[in-house]
Amino acid sequence: MTQDTSNTVNSWTIEKDDNNIAWLHFNAANVSANLLSQAAIRELDDILITFEKQPPQALVILSDKKDSFIFGADIKEFTALETRQQALDFLHNGHALMNRLAALPCPTVSMVHGACLGGGTELSLACDYIVASDDRKTKIGLPEIKLGIFPGYGGTARSIERCGPLAAMNAMLTGSALPARIAKKILLIDEMVPLRQLKSAAENYALTAPKRKKLPLLARLVNVAILRPLVASQMRRQVASKAKAEHYPAPYALIELWVKHGGNRKQMLEHEALTVAKLATSETAKNLVRVFFLQENLKSQGKQIDFNVEHVHVIGGGIMGGDIASWCAIQGYSVSVQDQDPARLAQTIKRAQYSFKKKFKRDRRAIRDANDRLLADHRGAGLHRADIVIEAIFEDVTVKRALYESIEPKMKPGAILATNTSSIKLEDLSSSLKNPGRLVGLHFFNPVALMPLVEIIRGNETDEKVVQQALAFGKNIGKLPLAVKSSPGFLVNRILMPYILEAVTMAGEGIPPEVIDKAATDYGMPMGPIELADTVGLDICKNVANILSGALNIPLPDNLKQLSDSKLGKKTGEGFYRYKNKKPIKNKSAGYPNADEVQHRLVLRLLNEAAACLREGIVDNQDLIDAGVIFGTGFAPFRGGPMEYIKSEGADKLCQTLDTLKSRFGERFTKDAGWAMIE
Amino acid sequence: MNNECRRKVYIVDGSRTPQLKSRGKVGPFSAGDLAVGAARPLLLRHNFPLEDLDEVILGCMMPGEREANVGRVVALRLGIPQSVTAWTVQRNCASGMQSVDSAYKNIRNGDADLILAGGTESMSHAPVMFNHTMVNWLGDMMKSRSIGQKVSNILKLRAKHFKPVISLLLGLTDDTVGLNMGETAEIIAQKFNITRRQMDEFAVNSHHRLAASARAGLLDEIEVLYDEKGNYYDFDDGVRTDSSVESLARLRPAFDRKYGKVTAGNSAQITDGAAWLLLASEDAVNKYNLPVVASIADTQWAGLDPSVMGMGPVHAMTPIMQRNQLAIDDIDYWEINEAFAAQVLACIQAWQQDEYCQKYLGLDNAMGKIPYEKLNIDGGGVSLGHPVGASGARIILHLCKVLQRTNTKQGMASLCIGGGQGGAVLIQNESTTEAEAA
Repeated sequence: MTQDTSNTVNSWTIEKDDNNIAWLHFNAANVSANLLSQAAIRELDDILITFEKQPPQALVILSDKKDSFIFGADIKEFTALETRQQALDFLHNGHALMNRLAALPCPTVSMVHGACLGGGTELSLACDYIVASDDRKTKIGLPEIKLGIFPGYGGTARSIERCGPLAAMNAMLTGSALPARIAKKILLIDEMVPLRQLKSAAENYALTAPKRKKLPLLARLVNVAILRPLVASQMRRQVASKAKAEHYPAPYALIELWVKHGGNRKQMLEHEALTVAKLATSETAKNLVRVFFLQENLKSQGKQIDFNVEHVHVIGGGIMGGDIASWCAIQGYSVSVQDQDPARLAQTIKRAQYSFKKKFKRDRRAIRDANDRLLADHRGAGLHRADIVIEAIFEDVTVKRALYESIEPKMKPGAILATNTSSIKLEDLSSSLKNPGRLVGLHFFNPVALMPLVEIIRGNETDEKVVQQALAFGKNIGKLPLAVKSSPGFLVNRILMPYILEAVTMAGEGIPPEVIDKAATDYGMPMGPIELADTVGLDICKNVANILSGALNIPLPDNLKQLSDSKLGKKTGEGFYRYKNKKPIKNKSAGYPNADEVQHRLVLRLLNEAAACLREGIVDNQDLIDAGVIFGTGFAPFRGGPMEYIKSEGADKLCQTLDTLKSRFGERFTKDAGWAMIE
Repeated sequence: MNNECRRKVYIVDGSRTPQLKSRGKVGPFSAGDLAVGAARPLLLRHNFPLEDLDEVILGCMMPGEREANVGRVVALRLGIPQSVTAWTVQRNCASGMQSVDSAYKNIRNGDADLILAGGTESMSHAPVMFNHTMVNWLGDMMKSRSIGQKVSNILKLRAKHFKPVISLLLGLTDDTVGLNMGETAEIIAQKFNITRRQMDEFAVNSHHRLAASARAGLLDEIEVLYDEKGNYYDFDDGVRTDSSVESLARLRPAFDRKYGKVTAGNSAQITDGAAWLLLASEDAVNKYNLPVVASIADTQWAGLDPSVMGMGPVHAMTPIMQRNQLAIDDIDYWEINEAFAAQVLACIQAWQQDEYCQKYLGLDNAMGKIPYEKLNIDGGGVSLGHPVGASGARIILHLCKVLQRTNTKQGMASLCIGGGQGGAVLIQNESTTEAEAA
C-alpha cells in the first residue's frame, strides 16, 4: 500500500497529566471535522502499540474539534475500493485497531461531545467507558446502513454486547443519530453530564474504573441462540415495511449475521468484516455512497459566497409560506410572515407549533425562542428590514406583479426577492421590477420540513450574485440548493410530470391504480405516482400539467380534464383511491397481466424527460440531474439517480424498450436527442 | 434646575397589545409574552440597529414566576443584544408611567439617546400561593427521613393548610391602611357625593366611546397577538357595546356589599396587556431618521393619604399646571386612567372646589372643570381594563395618538396609584409642526 502524505501529518496528540492519564486528542489537520481515515487509524494504532508496552494509568480519547467528536470513516476512501479483498483489508485495519484498544490493560474512556458517528462510535465502543455531554449537538449513532453497509469496525458485536440485541440492532438498522439522553437510556453510553463536567466525568471513570452495569436479564436472554431466529423474523418484518430486500440488502444481511453468530464475538467480528466487504463493493452501496457525495456537492454549491441574512420576510401565510417561515425560524433566523388576513396568520402560527415541537420535542425554551423569532406580521413591518423577501402567494401573474411593484420601493437596497412560484416564468414577473436582477426563484417542495431540495431558479435577468446568494441561503437554512434554469416545471416537476401523467393515462385505460403504484414502488420510488397525484391534489396536478403540457407538448390525459370537486384526491377523501383516516383503501388482489410494461411506461417517460433536461441544460451537469431527482422526488436512491441508472442498464437497451413503447403507445415515447449526451 | 439646559425628549413610536379581559382562568400570555408581542413589530418597523438602544425599561407589578427582572427577559427574547441593559420598575398602578418617566429623565439629562420603555401585566397569571402553614409543613416533610416520621407528618395535614393565598387580591389591597382599592373608591364616592347613577353613566360612556373608536379604526396602536392554538387577538375584548345604565344598575356592589356604590361594572376590569413607547433624543431622531410624534414636556409624582389614593391625579397634575402656567383650556385632551369611575369623577369635582384646591393642592382658587368631551375620548380602564403595570404607558401612547389625530397641541396623562400616589405627564404634539414644516 502506498503511504499518502496525510500519514505524516499528526492527527493525534498525547497529553499526559499528573495522574499519568493519557489524554489522546484527535484533531485531523486542515479539515473542520475529524474523520477516522485509514491514515488516522494507522497513526492511532502506532500509538496504541507503544501503550501496550508501557500502559498509562488510563487512556481518554477526546476531540479537539469544536462541537464535534468523530464523524465516522472517510467515505472518500470507500469509493476507491474495487475488489472485495481490498475492502476486507481496509476493514481489517480497523478491526486490528479496535481489538488493540479493547485489549489495553488500562481503563479506556471515550469522551464524547458533538457528533459521534459510524467509526467514531465504533472506536468509542472499543473503550471501556463512554461519557458524553448532554449538549444538543451531541449525537451518537451508527448510520452505516444509509450507505448500504453496516458497521464494519467491530461495531456490530460490541454494540450488541453493550446495549443488548434489541436496542443495538434497532440503532444499526435505523441508522439514527441518538441524542445523549437516548444513548444513555439504551446503555450505549455510561454517563451523560453537562459539558462543563465532561472532563471531570471522564477523569473519574479513568481513575476509578467502576464496574460496568450488567445488561438486564431480558436483553441477555434475547441473545440466546434458540430465541434469535424468532426475534430476527420480527426485525425482518419491521425492516420490510421500509426497505425491500432486493433493493437494500444490508439490513437483511445484518440480521442474518446476528442470527448466525450473535452468541460468539470472535465469529461475529470475522463475519462482520466478510459481509461488509461484500456489501461495500455492491452496486447498491456504490450508488448510495454516490448519493452521499451528490448531497455534499449540492451543499458546496451554497459555499461560493457569504450571504449574511439578519431578517427574512415571507409574504403569503398559506401552507407553503407559513412552512417556509417556520422552517427559517427553526434554523435560527428572525422571520416575519406577512398576510393581510390575521385569521390565516393564526393558522400559520398554529401549524408552526407542530414543526417546533417536532424539531425541539419538549424543549420549552427552544420552542419559545423559535416563536419569538417568528412574527406574524399582517402589516408587513418586517419587509423593509429583510435581506431576503420570499414571496409565496397564490399563482397569479397579475397579482404577483402588482405585489412586486408595491414592495420594491420599501425593500432594503441589495435585498433579494425570491419567489416560490412553481409554474410562472420568472421573466414574466421580473419585468414589473425596477431592478429585475434581484428576482430569483426559490422553489421549495411540500412538505417543507421533510423535503431536502430547494430549486434556485436562475431567470434570464437574474444577477449572478443573487443566484449565488440564494444558493448560500438555501444551504444556510439546512436545505440542498440546486441552481436550475428558468424553464417550465424547472427540473423536478418537469421530470416528475410525464411519469405521473403516464400513470394517470394508464389508470384511464383501466389498469388498477394499485398495480401502477406497485410497479413504481417495486422500482424503488417512495410512493406510487397515483397515490402521489392524490396526495398533491388532482386540481393542482391538472394545473401544473396544463402549464407544462403547453410548453413541453405533453398531452393532458382525458381523465384529468374533467374533475369533480368532491374527488380531488386525499384532501377531499377521494381521488383515484378512496381515503379512510387519510390512508388510501387499496385493493390488494388487484392484478394486471403485464406489470413489466407498466413499469417500463412509467420509468421510461421519466428517463426520457431527464434526458431532455440534460440536452436543454436545465442544470449544469448530469450529476446534478441525479441529485435533483433523488432529493426532490425521493427517486430510488440505491439506483443512484436516473442518469446513473441509464448508465448501469445501458442506454441502448433502454432506448430499444422506448422504441417498442412508441410503436404501441405513440409519440410521447419518442426518444429525446438528449440520450446521446449521457456520459 | 434650569429648563434651558435640559435636552428635549421625543416619543417617536409606540405600540400595545389588545387588552384581554381576565375571565377567571389563566390567560394565553404571560407578562413577558405580552411585552414581546407588542415590541417585535415596533422594533422591526424602524431602521436603527438594536445594539444602539441604550436600555430597555419595563414596568410590571407581578411578572410571571419565570420572569425575574421581566424587562431583561423581554429584551433578550426580543433579540436585543446582551450588551444592552434592561431593568424592571414597580410603582404599582403607575409602573408603566414610571418606566417612561425614567427613560425621559435619562434622555433629558444626556445619559441616553434611545430607550424602549413600557409596561406589562398579566393579571390572569397572578400566582395563587401556598400559605405559610403549608410551606412549613412542606419543610418538615422534606426533612423527615423515616416512614414513621412521614406518616406522622401526613396525619398533621388539616384543611387550613390548603387555604390558598391569592396574590392578586392581596396586590390590590393596601395593607398599610387595610383597605382594598375598591374600598378607597367608596370613601371618595362618599366624600364627593358621587351617586351610583353618575358612576354607571360614566362607565356606560366609557364602553360606548371605546366601541365607537374601535369601529372607526382609531386604535391602530394595537398589534395583533397570536396564541399557539390558532387564535388571534386584535381588539380590547372587555368592551361591552350593549352596556346600559339599566343593565349596570342591576349589579351588586363589589366591595361594600350592602350599602356601597362601587360595582364591577363601574370599576376597571382585571385585564392582561402591554404597551411600549420608543423615546429618543434629538440626536437620535436625526441620526436614525426617526418619525417624531410627540415630546414629553413635564412629569410629576405626588403623594397623598393612601385611603383616598384615587385623588392622585389632581395632586400630580396641579404642579405641572402651575409650573407650566397652564389653564384647563390650554390642555387639548386628557387621559386620566379609569381605575374607578368614582375616582375620576371625584378628581373632576375636586378641581372645581375652592376648598379642596386650597386645602390640599396649595392653589388660591379652584382650577376649573375638565370638559368631559376632552377626557378619555376613546374609553378607559372601565371598558379597556387596567393591566396595572401597563396602563401608565398605554395612556401616554394613546394621548399621543389623539393629539396627532386631532392635530392639537398638548395633552395630559395621569393616573392614581395604590398606596396613595399620583403620576402625571404633559405631552406636546410634535407631528403637527413636522407637517407644517413639510
